[in-house]
Amino acid sequence: MGPRTKLVLYRTLQALPALVGVVIVSFILTRMLPGDPAAYFAGPAATETSIAEIRAAMGLDHPLPVQFLHYVQDLVGGDLGNSLSTGQPVVEELTRRLPASLELTLTALLLSCAIALPMGVAAAVHQGSWIDHVCRGLVTAGVSLPTFFTGIVLVYVFYYLLGWAPSPLGRLDFIYLSPPEVTGFYIIDALLIGDVETAMGAVRQLILPASTLALFTLAPLARMARAAMLQALSSDYIRTARAAGLGEGQVVFGYAFQNAMLPVITTLGMVFSFMLGANVLVEKVFSWPGIGSYAVEALVVSDYAAVQGFVLAMAILFVLLNLVIDILYTLVDPRTREG
Amino acid sequence: MSATAPDAPSAKPQRGFLDHALYVLSENPITAIAFALFAVIVLVALLGPVLAPYDPLESNAARALQPPSVDHWFGTDNLGRDVFSRVLIATRLDLLISVTAVALSFMVGATIGSAAGYWGGWIDAVTGRFVDTIMAFPLFVLAMGIVAAMGNTVENIIYATAIINLPFYARVARAEVRIRRNAGFAQAARLSGNTDVQVLAFHIFPNALPPMMVQISLNMGWAILNAAGLSFIGLGVRPPTAEWGIMVAEGANFVVSGEWWLAVFPGLALMTAVFAFNLLGDGLRDIFDPRQRT
Repeated sequence: MGPRTKLVLYRTLQALPALVGVVIVSFILTRMLPGDPAAYFAGPAATETSIAEIRAAMGLDHPLPVQFLHYVQDLVGGDLGNSLSTGQPVVEELTRRLPASLELTLTALLLSCAIALPMGVAAAVHQGSWIDHVCRGLVTAGVSLPTFFTGIVLVYVFYYLLGWAPSPLGRLDFIYLSPPEVTGFYIIDALLIGDVETAMGAVRQLILPASTLALFTLAPLARMARAAMLQALSSDYIRTARAAGLGEGQVVFGYAFQNAMLPVITTLGMVFSFMLGANVLVEKVFSWPGIGSYAVEALVVSDYAAVQGFVLAMAILFVLLNLVIDILYTLVDPRTREG
Repeated sequence: MSATAPDAPSAKPQRGFLDHALYVLSENPITAIAFALFAVIVLVALLGPVLAPYDPLESNAARALQPPSVDHWFGTDNLGRDVFSRVLIATRLDLLISVTAVALSFMVGATIGSAAGYWGGWIDAVTGRFVDTIMAFPLFVLAMGIVAAMGNTVENIIYATAIINLPFYARVARAEVRIRRNAGFAQAARLSGNTDVQVLAFHIFPNALPPMMVQISLNMGWAILNAAGLSFIGLGVRPPTAEWGIMVAEGANFVVSGEWWLAVFPGLALMTAVFAFNLLGDGLRDIFDPRQRT
């Protein structure tokens, strides 16, 4: 087993405590319901006996550690409880809506990386130039913009004033039929059956929400890319490379860029944390039928099982994303290269 | 606060610090603007009800949905309430929520972080795990879960915002106390008979305050954004209370039909407040920690 494989396994093990912590916290959150949960779930017309029945049925009459064991057992079996308002299993609803959220988040991430990384690098290479000032301005403005506000302004400008964007209501205009589900990503699914028109429709719906989310994550990424690139460019190995007569392109992209990407990958964890939160707000603004708007709808009707299921699902997703980032870091880091 | 500011290396008298602060302000006019903006926001929060030209809750169907005019600078909303007055009044509530939340998480975070940094060992291990567990959640999502579990009230918005801000303070406090725990002045204090708690509270902690002040200011903007985000999705503040997040949420329904002023003005107010705190944080960092200047 090479050192790199060992490191990857070690990182995977390191994610376990976080996972355990997440499960414990979400167990606490489900038991913290104001008042008596059994009375709450029994409804307003409940009698003493029906509350006691529900308490027994929910396992609330057991001591806490036993309740926790049952909770973990249910989780392992993929059971997050039933939604109070619809009676449907929470897991089913979450998995049905997850692709919509992922499509939005991933598109936004690609978009913001495609803008932020070149901009940060250019700002560092041409320090003090106009691009550096543009970068600095965008970074400061970007962290101050409330995501939901950006979204609304974009809707006003591009839908109401210019008429370029379709109405901000979901993933696909009603004139199109949603494509048969393969990946759950409408654009890919539509292209798979060769329906370019529907794919374009999906893209048009996606542009505004994805841009909103991308604007939000642009700032930390560009700031980190610039700082990391500046640090890389001022280090000894770059001086050596320059002294050895390497071309500027080779120095910047061959040496500095590779090393500067490490801290940027580390920042991605924080970026994801912000992004999964901002996702909820963006989904509400654009009526995007993802898991975020599911949670918001559940909150409005006090459907706690659905909300806690959503929180747990997001947390597990986040732990997994962090694990992927850690593994990516290990693979990119030149110091762990084998042989 | 400025009395505690001279750090260990600066043997200069108080005057030197003031000069330095003034120098930084004159060098960087943006920082001066940030201080001015901050002063305006605090004034509006204090005097909001006096400054507001109309009653923020008084509805009047006859003047509903009017665009901005001389009478109503920011227009009127769907119930005919004056948007300008509502934006002014909301300043106090928004600031109150975020200041209380940040103060709470500063107190708790600084305490557990300092203890972890000073004593290390099992305290460090336990608090470290605790903080890591909070950070294992997407923070805004965790805040949603906390409010859903504890009940949908303004106080719980404050607690939730405090909890998700806690890790930042705990980490800064831990790092800053740790590098000073065996500094010369700390050992001197210990030798002259101070207990561990005294050394930590009266000798090390004041020296670790400046970097934490920077963190407070940078966090304040984020706390405002989070609290407003929570009320935007319908948590905490209930209508008809004036609050920036909920006003943007209510106004969002009218943007698609062109009544932009309902959502845009509270949104701009929110943005200005966050912007001011972020600039302020950068400015404070320049004053307190010249090494990190960008």
